[in-house]
Amino acid sequence: MPDSILTLDGVGVRFGGLKAVDDVSLCVKRGERRAIIGPNGAGKTTLFNAISGVIRPTSGRVTFEGRDVTSAPPHRRAAAGISRTFQITNLFPSLTVRENMELAIWGLVARKFSFFGSRKLTAGEDARAKRALELARLGARADVLVSALSYGEQRQLELAMTLATSPKMLLLDEPAAGLSPSERIIVADVIRALPTDLTIILIEHDMDLVLSLVDWVTCLSNGRFLAEGAPAEIRTNADIQDVYLGRARPHA
Amino acid sequence: MSTPLVSALPPVDRAAPTKRVLVWLCIVLAALLALPLLLPGYQISIATQILIFSILAMSIDILAGFVGRTPLGHGAIFGVSTYVVIYWTASLGGSLWVGMGLGILAATLLAAVFALLAIRTSGVYFLLLTLALGMIVWGVCLRSTGITGGENGLRGIGRPGFLVDHVHFYYAILLVTVPVTWIIWRFVHSPFGLTMRGIRESESRMRSLGYNVPLHLFLAFVASGFVAGIAGALYAVFNDFVSPSTVQLSQSVSALLMAITGGVGTLFGAFVGATAIILLENVVSVFTARWPSVLGLTFVLIMIFAPEGIVGRARILLAKRRRRS
Repeated sequence: MPDSILTLDGVGVRFGGLKAVDDVSLCVKRGERRAIIGPNGAGKTTLFNAISGVIRPTSGRVTFEGRDVTSAPPHRRAAAGISRTFQITNLFPSLTVRENMELAIWGLVARKFSFFGSRKLTAGEDARAKRALELARLGARADVLVSALSYGEQRQLELAMTLATSPKMLLLDEPAAGLSPSERIIVADVIRALPTDLTIILIEHDMDLVLSLVDWVTCLSNGRFLAEGAPAEIRTNADIQDVYLGRARPHA
Repeated sequence: MSTPLVSALPPVDRAAPTKRVLVWLCIVLAALLALPLLLPGYQISIATQILIFSILAMSIDILAGFVGRTPLGHGAIFGVSTYVVIYWTASLGGSLWVGMGLGILAATLLAAVFALLAIRTSGVYFLLLTLALGMIVWGVCLRSTGITGGENGLRGIGRPGFLVDHVHFYYAILLVTVPVTWIIWRFVHSPFGLTMRGIRESESRMRSLGYNVPLHLFLAFVASGFVAGIAGALYAVFNDFVSPSTVQLSQSVSALLMAITGGVGTLFGAFVGATAIILLENVVSVFTARWPSVLGLTFVLIMIFAPEGIVGRARILLAKRRRRS
């Protein structure tokens, strides 16, 4: 499959006796917008961790761009082009927005080992940082401490940092979690404005938001693959309605 | 991972006060240069000691303040350098300059070994592991009587002629301290220094951005050991004697306390902390032999009332005042 960027082959993650992810296989095409949905505890974030390398799958295989990355550590996968945001905001709070961007940009270049050099961004790096901040609508906040940003702005910075490295695949773990409706609209617009050749996998609970953003949906339940399909089919899928709302009893 | 010793310090205002900072640095430097004119012989050697321990405290600050890992074994790294210098010059009859190079090398290598074992841990586990490693060094120095002289220690061969005079020696140490401080300052403000602070704030985020976190921790620890080695080599020339008490736990504790008193993450706080602790030690020793008890009490009081240290506290107050005006 030359056009698939990510392939999961029977991936399982087991914590002791608990199978958090159980034999999940899926295939994501280059440039695809994919959502992973499912009720709480379905194993969505664990699956993200297995893809980004935070935890190693206990079974199965993860292939990214034709390379087996099942046992590669997170920084190798980042170098291969996988970038992610975190469900719980994970930034550098006592550094400024600009310093957060510097760390995002230098993650994949040799400059991070400059022991006595200047911290001044090169013209190219500066342009990239500015563009990513503009995309995430944080252009005017570069010199502010991250701990002084609003929660919504911190979520926007999460996005800006993943964009600064020009990744090939973006994993967004509930980018709109905890945001007000107006902030959700900003995040949705930011995601829509991302380059079309960028593959995006998205976990989100807000169905209206997620179904308007993606072109294919995978649903997990209790760590297992449940269903997949286009957003229109997902809205009407009986199995998915069952796991979200409880099984309908006849003549209830 | 929680890092209790690092408080949320306000950022150094990069745009405004560079000129003011430069003026202050010049004043401090002028004061340090003029100090021998004011102090008689013995007291100037206390100033020399303060400079040497400031370097040691800065080496601890690299880890405690910037990486967010508090070490309690730096006395051992420092003391091994001292041992090597004195063994090389007194027991083997080698040149002092080569000996100092070898001492720094030994400290750096020891730090690399410590780092390999300790960087997997953080928080209090890192503290305890470095403490245990330091104790091993102390035990080895105590028992290898054939090399280290055991409890009797090793006596040096005396300072070279041009350094015998207290004032000359003070200037020589100052001549080393200033560029070393400048180099460490560049180091913690370099791109690599920023990655150290990033690790302090969030290791998982650093990993997902593509950083090999253990490698950065290792390099930071080795750099810190190198600096501690410089301090240890200078101390060999200063003290001209080394015994297991140079590598023992209380050395690590008092050096860490200097870094904390000054303020971790401030770098220059090391000078303030070293001055405060060494002066206190000298004053207290006039009245009582219970210096370790006083040291412990000081530690407790500082952790309760000013965990951000003297320089850290000053910086917070300054930031508050600037915001008000």
